[in-house]
Amino acid sequence: MRLTDRLVPLLLLIAAVMFAAAPYVIDTAPYESTMGLVQRIFYFHFPSAMTMMLTAIVCGIASALYLARRKPIDDRVAVAAAELAVVFGVIVLITGPLWARKAWGVWWVWDARITSTFVMWMVFNAYLLLRRFGGPGSEVLSAAVGFFGMMLVPFVYWSVNFWRTLHPKTSVVPTLPVDMGIPLYFCWAAFTILYVALLIVRVRLEASRSALEEAYLALED
Amino acid sequence: MIRALRSHARAALVAILLSVGVGTAVPVMAQQTLPSTTAAQDGFVPVSPEDMGQEHLPATPLVFAAYATVWVALLLYVLTLWRRLGRVERELADVSAKLEARRR
Repeated sequence: MRLTDRLVPLLLLIAAVMFAAAPYVIDTAPYESTMGLVQRIFYFHFPSAMTMMLTAIVCGIASALYLARRKPIDDRVAVAAAELAVVFGVIVLITGPLWARKAWGVWWVWDARITSTFVMWMVFNAYLLLRRFGGPGSEVLSAAVGFFGMMLVPFVYWSVNFWRTLHPKTSVVPTLPVDMGIPLYFCWAAFTILYVALLIVRVRLEASRSALEEAYLALED
Repeated sequence: MIRALRSHARAALVAILLSVGVGTAVPVMAQQTLPSTTAAQDGFVPVSPEDMGQEHLPATPLVFAAYATVWVALLLYVLTLWRRLGRVERELADVSAKLEARRR
C-alpha cells in the first residue's frame, strides 16, 4: 500500500470534520461594524481565493519544471493543479458577488482585483481547453500557459493596493482581531488540507490515464 | 529539432498574446467609475449585535447561498473525481489482464 493511499483518506476525513465544524467556529466571530452578517462570507471566500493562488503557483512551478526537464510527473502535477485552480476559482467568483451584493450594492464591479481574478481563472480554463483539444504537443503549449497563470498571482494579490478598488485591501488579514482571525485560519487550514488531498488524487488520475494509454499501445503491438 | 523550435515558438506566442491582453484590459477596466461604499476596505472592526443598525437587504440568504456553493461545488468535484478515477482504473485493470493473458 502506497503512502498516498493511506494519506488521502486521512486528509479527506480531517477536511470533512473541519468543514462540518466551520459554521460553529465562524459563529464565534463578532460581526464586522460596516458589513454585519454578510462579512461572514469572508471566512470561505478568502481561503478559497488563497487556495486558488496556491494551486496557480503549484501549476506554474510544475509547468516550468516540465518545460525545463520534460518529466511526465511535472506535467501531471501541472494538469491537476490547473483543474483545481478552475474549481476553487468558481467558488471565489460565486461567493465574491454574493458578498458584494450586500456590501457594495452590486453583484459585480470590473475593478482591478475582481477583473484580474477572473482573467486568471480564464487562463486556467484555457489551459484545460488546450489540454483537451490541443492535440499532440499541447503539453508544452499548456505548460507555457500554466507558467503565465502563475505570473498573474502577485498581480492579483497586490492589485487592491495599486489600483482604486472597492475590494478589501491586503492589510485586512494581518490586522484582523483574534476572534476574527481564529475562524479565518481554521477555514484556511480546512481548504488547504482538502486541496492537498484533491491534488494527490488528481495526480493519480493522470498517472492512471498515462498507464492506460501505454497499456493500449502495448495491446495494439 | 525544427519541430521542437516550432513548439517553443508557439508557446512563446501564446504567452505574449496573453500578457498583452491582460496588460491592456485590466488597467482600462480599472479606470471605470466605481459605486460608492461604506464597507470596510483597510481593516475589519468588530461590533456587538446590539450596536448594529437595521439591515435593509437581508444578508442571511446571501450567506447561506455562499456556504452552500462552497459545499456543493467541492462535493460535486470530489464525486466526479472519484468516478473518473474509478473508471480509468477499472479500464486499466481490464487492459492489463488482456495483456497478461496474451503474454501467456
